[in-house]
Amino acid sequence: MNIVVCVKQTPDTAATVTVENGKVTWGDAPLVLNPWDEFAVEQSLRIKEAHGGKVTVISLGLEGAREALKQALAMGCDEAILLQDPSFAAADTLVASAALAAALRKLDPLDLALFGRTSVDSDTGVTAAQVARRLGWPSLTLVAAVVAVDPQGRTIEVERMLEEGRQQVRAQLPAVVSVVKEIGEPRYPSFMGIRKASKAEIPTWSAADMGLQAPSPAVTWPALIAPPRVNTHCEMISADSPGEAAAQLVQRLMEEKVL
Amino acid sequence: MMADRIFVYIDHHLGEAVVASWEALYAASTIAASMSSGVTALVVGDGVRSLAEEAIAHGASAAVVRESPSLKDFRPELYADVVSGVLKESRPEVLVLPTTGRTRELGAMVAVDLDTGVTPDAIALEVEESAVVATRPIYAGKLLTKEVSRTRRPQIVMVRSRAFPRPTPDTARKGPVDVAAVTPGASATEVLGYRASDGGVSLTDASVIVSGGRGVSNNGRLTPPPEITDEKQQEIWRAHQGFELIRQMASVLGAAVGASRAAVDAGYIPYSNQVGQTGKVVAPDLYIACGISGAIQHLAGMRTSKTIVAINKDPEAPIFKLARFGIVGDLYEIVPALTEAFRTQLGK
Repeated sequence: MNIVVCVKQTPDTAATVTVENGKVTWGDAPLVLNPWDEFAVEQSLRIKEAHGGKVTVISLGLEGAREALKQALAMGCDEAILLQDPSFAAADTLVASAALAAALRKLDPLDLALFGRTSVDSDTGVTAAQVARRLGWPSLTLVAAVVAVDPQGRTIEVERMLEEGRQQVRAQLPAVVSVVKEIGEPRYPSFMGIRKASKAEIPTWSAADMGLQAPSPAVTWPALIAPPRVNTHCEMISADSPGEAAAQLVQRLMEEKVL
Repeated sequence: MMADRIFVYIDHHLGEAVVASWEALYAASTIAASMSSGVTALVVGDGVRSLAEEAIAHGASAAVVRESPSLKDFRPELYADVVSGVLKESRPEVLVLPTTGRTRELGAMVAVDLDTGVTPDAIALEVEESAVVATRPIYAGKLLTKEVSRTRRPQIVMVRSRAFPRPTPDTARKGPVDVAAVTPGASATEVLGYRASDGGVSLTDASVIVSGGRGVSNNGRLTPPPEITDEKQQEIWRAHQGFELIRQMASVLGAAVGASRAAVDAGYIPYSNQVGQTGKVVAPDLYIACGISGAIQHLAGMRTSKTIVAINKDPEAPIFKLARFGIVGDLYEIVPALTEAFRTQLGK
C-alpha cells in the first residue's frame, strides 16, 4: 500500500486565541500537529502494518510545519515532504486543495490519501473532499472505522459517521479518506522514532516542482473579530436543600422564558 | 421566468429533509431582499418531488428537482455532478446550503467544479457591494471571521445548524417546480447500508443539552459490585451511574446528552457525545453542564449557547464565568432533584 497522509500545523487546542492588530495570535502557546491529523497518521500506520507498504506525510505550511511533519515521522511515517511556495500564501481551501492534489499526482501511483476530519484553526473540513474532486478519486469523509482494505481487489470498506447514524460504504482505490476520533487512540512516538525524525531530511516542493500554477484564492477575510465577551453575571442559586435549589432554578428558568 | 439569483440546496437523508435545510432557506431569505431576488430551492435525489413543495412552504419562491434512481443514496461525486450542472445552466450568484456531513462534501466539490470559494458553518450573512459576507467561527468559536468571495460566482455559503430560525411552513404557498430526470455517470462508491445511532436526540439539532464531565465519577458513596475489582473499572462504573442521572434529566427535557473531553478520554461515554473543539460545536437554547469544570477547549464548543446552567462542586470552576445560573453542590444530589423539578414543571 502506498499511502499519503496530509497534515497541518495548528495552535494547541488549549491556546487562548485572540486578535491583535487585525491578526490572529495565540501568545506563546505551542504549535502542534493538528489533533485530528494524529488520527489520520494512526490510521495510515495501521493500514501499513496490516498490508505493508509506505506512508508519506505531507504538509502545506511555513518552515514551522516541519515540526508537525517530524511528529508524524516520530509516530512512524516513512518520509515527509513540505509544500511551500509564495503562491500558497493566503491560501484558501481552493488553493490548498490544488497544492495537495498536485503533490499527490507527483507521488502517484498511490492507494490512499488520508486526512483528519478538519483542522482546529480554520475549521472548514472541506479540503479532503476538494482534493478527491481534483483527483477524481472517491471521497470518504468522517470515517469512524476502516472495515477492510483489499489491495488486490483495489477496494476499501469503511463506516462513516453521519448525523443520522453510521453508513457502510465500499469504494475503489485510490481513495481519499478523512477520519474522526472513533478510529482509535493515536500512538505516542517511540524513542527510536523521535531519534529518526530528528535526523530526517525533509525536502521542500515548490509549485513549480509539482508543475502547478496555483489558482488565486477565491475567499478573502476582510475582518477578524473577537467574539463579543459573554457578559453573563452568573446568578448563584443557594438553598438549604438540593430540592429547594432545583425548584428555585426551575422558577428562574421559567421567569427568563428559557423553559 | 427569470431565474433567481439565490439557490438553496435542500439536504435530505434518503428523501427526508433535515431541519437545517429550512434554516438555510430562512438564511437565504434574509439576503434575498437586498439582492432583489427570490429563492429557488434545489432538490436532488430519487423520488424527492415532495421536498420541492415542502421547500416552497418554507419560503422558497420556486424549486428545481433533479431525480434519478441512482441518486437514492447520497454519493457526493454524483450529487456534485448534478448540482454543478444546474448551477452552470442557471448561473445564480449565491448557493446557500445547510452544513451537514453530506453538504460539507457536496459544497467542497461544487466549489472545485466552478472554481469558486466555499464558506462552511456561517452564522450570519450580510450583503455588501453585491457580495455575500458570511461570518463564521474559527478556532472552534474562540474567534469569528468574515469571509467573502468578491470576484468568483457563484458564492457558496453553508450555514450552521441552529444559527438561523426555522421558518413556519405555510402549505398554501405555491410556486413553479421544474422537475427533470438526470442520468448520472458511473460511481466508484457503493453504499452498503446504514446503522442507526443509539436513538438519542442529535447534539447539533438539540435545543437543550445536558452534559457531564469528569466530576460525574466523583461519588465515593457509590459502591461498585464486588466483581469489579480494577480501580479504573470502578471509576468507569461510577461514571455510568452519574451519566444515567444525566440521561434521566435529558429524557424529561427531550434533550441530547453531551460530555466533556475529559469524560470521553476517561472512557465514561463514547466520543460521539463529546462537545468542544475536538468534538461537536453546539449552540442550544439551554446547556446544563454537570461536573464540568470548563476547560477552554470545552467552552469553545458551547459558549454560544443561549442560557448556560452550571452545576459543580468547585465554586471557582471556570464554567461559572460563562454560566447564567450556577449551583455549587454535589451533582449526585442536584441532578436528580432538578430532574424531579423539571418533571413537575413540564407535567411529565
